[in-house]
Amino acid sequence: MTDDDLILNCENVVVDYDGFKALNNCNFSVHYNELRVVIGPNGAGKTTLLDVICGKTRPASGKVLFDKGINLVGKNAEDITKLGIGRKFQAPSVYGNLSVWQNLDLSVKRSSRGVFSNLVGKSSSAERERISEVLKTIGLTDHAHDRAGSLSHGQKQWLEIGMVILQEPSLLLVDEPVAGMSDKETEQTGQLLTRLSEQQAIVVIEHDMDFVRQIARIVTVLAEGTVICEGTVEKVQADDHVREIYLGRAKVTH
Amino acid sequence: MVISLAGIPRNLSVLVLFLLPAIGLGLQSTLAAGEADPAASPVVSSADSIEQALLDVKSEDEAVRSKAVALLIEKGDASLVPKLDAIRAEADRAVRIAIKPVIDLLKNRANLTSGQPDTRRSAAADLVGTGRPEAITWLEEAAAKETVWWVRYTMEEAAQLIQLRSQDPAVRLEAVKKLGDHRSQNSLSLLQEFVEAGTQSGATEEQRTLAVAAETAIEQINSWGWWANAIETLFRGISLSSILLIMSLGLAIVFGLMGVINMAHGELMMIGAYATFITQQAFIGWFSPDLFDWYFPVALPVAFLSAALFGWVLEATVIRFLYGRLLETLLATWGVSLILMQAARVYFGDLTAVIAPQALRGGAQVMVGVYLPYNRIFIIILSIICVLGIYFLLFRSNLGIRVRAVTQNRNMSACLGIPTRKVDSYTFAFASGLAGIAGWALTMVGNVDPGLGQNYIVDAFMVVVTGGVGKLAGTIWASLGIGGLNKLIEPVSGAVYGKVFILVGVILFLQWRPQGLFAAKGRSADA
Amino acid sequence: MPEPVVTRQGSRETVVFYVVGVLFLIVVPLLNVVPDEESWMHISDFRLNQFGKFLAFAILALGLDLIWGYCGVLSMGQGVFFGLGAYCMGMYLALQIGKESVYGSELPDFMVWTQVKELPLFWYPFKSFLGGFFGAILVPVLFATIFGFLAFRSRIKGVYFAIITQALAFAAWLVFNRNETRLGGTNGLTDFKQLLGFRLSDPSTQRGLYILTVLALAASYLLCRWIVASRAGNVLIAIRDSESRVTFSGYTPWMYKLFVFVVAAGLAGLAGMLYVPQVGIITPAQIGVLPSLEVVIWVAVGGRGTLIGAILGAVAVNYGRSVLTNYFPEAWPFILGGLFVVVVTMFPDGLVGMIRKLTDRKQTHRPLIKVEGGTTA
Repeated sequence: MTDDDLILNCENVVVDYDGFKALNNCNFSVHYNELRVVIGPNGAGKTTLLDVICGKTRPASGKVLFDKGINLVGKNAEDITKLGIGRKFQAPSVYGNLSVWQNLDLSVKRSSRGVFSNLVGKSSSAERERISEVLKTIGLTDHAHDRAGSLSHGQKQWLEIGMVILQEPSLLLVDEPVAGMSDKETEQTGQLLTRLSEQQAIVVIEHDMDFVRQIARIVTVLAEGTVICEGTVEKVQADDHVREIYLGRAKVTH
Repeated sequence: MVISLAGIPRNLSVLVLFLLPAIGLGLQSTLAAGEADPAASPVVSSADSIEQALLDVKSEDEAVRSKAVALLIEKGDASLVPKLDAIRAEADRAVRIAIKPVIDLLKNRANLTSGQPDTRRSAAADLVGTGRPEAITWLEEAAAKETVWWVRYTMEEAAQLIQLRSQDPAVRLEAVKKLGDHRSQNSLSLLQEFVEAGTQSGATEEQRTLAVAAETAIEQINSWGWWANAIETLFRGISLSSILLIMSLGLAIVFGLMGVINMAHGELMMIGAYATFITQQAFIGWFSPDLFDWYFPVALPVAFLSAALFGWVLEATVIRFLYGRLLETLLATWGVSLILMQAARVYFGDLTAVIAPQALRGGAQVMVGVYLPYNRIFIIILSIICVLGIYFLLFRSNLGIRVRAVTQNRNMSACLGIPTRKVDSYTFAFASGLAGIAGWALTMVGNVDPGLGQNYIVDAFMVVVTGGVGKLAGTIWASLGIGGLNKLIEPVSGAVYGKVFILVGVILFLQWRPQGLFAAKGRSADA
Repeated sequence: MPEPVVTRQGSRETVVFYVVGVLFLIVVPLLNVVPDEESWMHISDFRLNQFGKFLAFAILALGLDLIWGYCGVLSMGQGVFFGLGAYCMGMYLALQIGKESVYGSELPDFMVWTQVKELPLFWYPFKSFLGGFFGAILVPVLFATIFGFLAFRSRIKGVYFAIITQALAFAAWLVFNRNETRLGGTNGLTDFKQLLGFRLSDPSTQRGLYILTVLALAASYLLCRWIVASRAGNVLIAIRDSESRVTFSGYTPWMYKLFVFVVAAGLAGLAGMLYVPQVGIITPAQIGVLPSLEVVIWVAVGGRGTLIGAILGAVAVNYGRSVLTNYFPEAWPFILGGLFVVVVTMFPDGLVGMIRKLTDRKQTHRPLIKVEGGTTA
């Protein structure tokens, strides 16, 4: 494969928090329409990696190339979002004082995010159609006009996924989507992500290995800020280095 | 003249008309007397002659009087002062005017050997004003014996200043050079006169030489003056910085560690200041005046405890309901601050002041043109002590570890058995106590009034914002920066625009560092 | 497709708006003119004038509510924008005094006694009414644009922004107090005689000003409602709830903040402009830290995040103040301070929140922010 097939290519990314290297020469790449799962022990730098990609954290050095070589380093978060990267946070982050519908309406991909177009602009019927569709997908049709703040934890997770879907990103970053979900919800989430990956690239961070096995084709293992292994679930699980990190740590910490 | 005439009864006004020219003559003769050749006076034993002169001084005859005055100045000493005072009390105007300089000279001459350095120094400074050449010798003799450098400096300077008016050009030239070496600020205007006289068209050779020397001297003095000024500005900057620092420390602790913006911090300082005031009043009322100075050290724990107690109550009744809601703490504490301010206004009235203890009055003359008041030095030292104290308390003690643990993870700390509620209330009380100490110290540099806290609070908040949250070093650097800049800009733009510039400066600074100087980095930073 | 939600809250607010609007616009002035002065129905000229002042304050409160209540950005410097508007109108009025002044000079009195011989250049635009009128809106707007741009673009937020705006209020107060700014120093601008040829001492002029204020308040309210009901209004609430999420939805929060900040400043300027001819004086005391904070307490008392609450709070607190300072002049700071504490700790939703709790008990968790379906409008 050549670089042309890569939607995302991180090269030698370093993130330094007061001397602690959260990412240490991390190289990480994703292809178009790929569903990639990133695993790794706590503090491995998984969330930091997503933070760097979506512009929340600025790396000390390194390059993050997106979609035909646009360097994302130094761009601010809203511009990166407009380029087509969507992010779902670990802790569900929705607008508690807006209704579910309004939450989704704010996220719909539109030509302008400016103040004045949003002062006068009304949702088109096509947009309303899209929102209703997504509402159905995330199972919140009955709650469309409830305050988002009154939803349950799992519902908020889904709402946020719905918001990100409506942004129609070409790269979707999902941080622990099934935390706090029941088995059934987890399975549904897995199906949803698999379905979405037909049209867009997705990077999922997850701890739940059952879930990982359900959705993953290729798994990347991060530890201490660098990629130590990459491959199918079977290959990764068989890898000595990975076992050492998980089990070795397990001896010390648990 | 008009004023002094007003004191004379109306029926004497005719007499006054007669006396007016006499006064004029008297003045002239007093001034001229200095140049009279002492050898010309008849040789009599000094005790007799002084007795005689004391009589002659009362004479109606102008010439007799001035001769007696000259003699008294030359031979007399401070023991004559009571006698002369007695004479003056009874004498008429002309005599009074003739005697006045004699008394001044004798008093100042005696004071040159006083036990108090300050008295010696001001005597020397006063002698310059008399312009009497006799004083030169006195000053030089006194200077030779003087041990305090600053007093010696003043004496030498005074002698040279008098010499500047000498008839002898060589003496004047010598004085000009010496004054230049002394960097004497007081001689500038006289030296400037010499320069002007020397550059006029009809100037003599002597005047020109003098002018050249004077110019060199002025240059020396001015360049020294620039440095002295720079050092004083620096000192004032550091002094203001340390005030800001003492105030900001408490603010920064509750902001950084507890997530509380305490707008009543200024009023907690006010409580400390009033506690100091009350302690002082108690000492005045109950203890002997000898013990008065002790009120100040006693007031330290009083101020700390009263502010801490109030802070403890404030935390327990208001703040505890507002943790995690920063803007709400700001508004609620604003309300508290309004109430406290008004309470002080109603109870204490508008203005009271604390008398500084002896040790903190006056100041140190560290070099020519640089005077450092003790109260300012005291505050600088206090701020350093506070910083060190907080550092050890927070980073080197068990209590500090608990406080920081609660800050970082409240639930985990609670699980580990740290009493988080107690830690909260103690931390807040401690920070309030710091405000009390700040108030205690501020009584040394200003009045105690209900608006005390408001005067500095805006600046103190600017310090906290600029310094960044939760970093001691940030608070220190920011108060140094803001205090220093304030004093640097003030002479150029005036205090008001200085404040405006600082505000603009802080806003521009935050463009570059929105989280302040020392922002916490990491995952939790913008959570 | 889900049904669009018709919010009862919204329609109720509309009803309240019309009822109160008619009351203040028509009934109150009529009660001033028609009944006999002895009658209990009569509203004195003094009272009417006072209402006018309160309603001008309500416009100021609306602006703050927009930025604080909806967008969550606390500005403690609204008094500055109010003052800028008031001074612009005050300068026009001061120049209208003309030869009627104490010294009979064309220059305002304070210039005569501070030895200013010529009218400073920046006073020239205020020779005309249009200068005063547009100045009162545009000067605060321009100033807010510059200040807001610097503050919001660099992501100064939360308490940092609050503290910076407080410092702004403090600095503005210092500057306006100076004589060399040529704005009358501590004494401010006063002794106004006429506005567009109408005598300000004439009760009918004051009545006219009162009616203008009611209309301006109604217009401001409608403007704010329009903003709040739009998608941009939802973005404002979204910023308050989770600013970082807004960023990751592709919006630029600082632009929205700047927008409401500028609108709020414009409203504050409008309020100041209406305040001056009715009260007859503007001094730096109206600009400082405390007046700016009082606006915050009006909104907090009324109920932030509701436009009605802002208006209600401004009128209620000021009315309470005027009554109380009559009887207990020293007590007001205690009460104001107490209000801060009590409202913030115990009644975060203010009067409107309490009224709602009383009127619809069924819904315990009704959001204060109006919840409206995306399909409405």
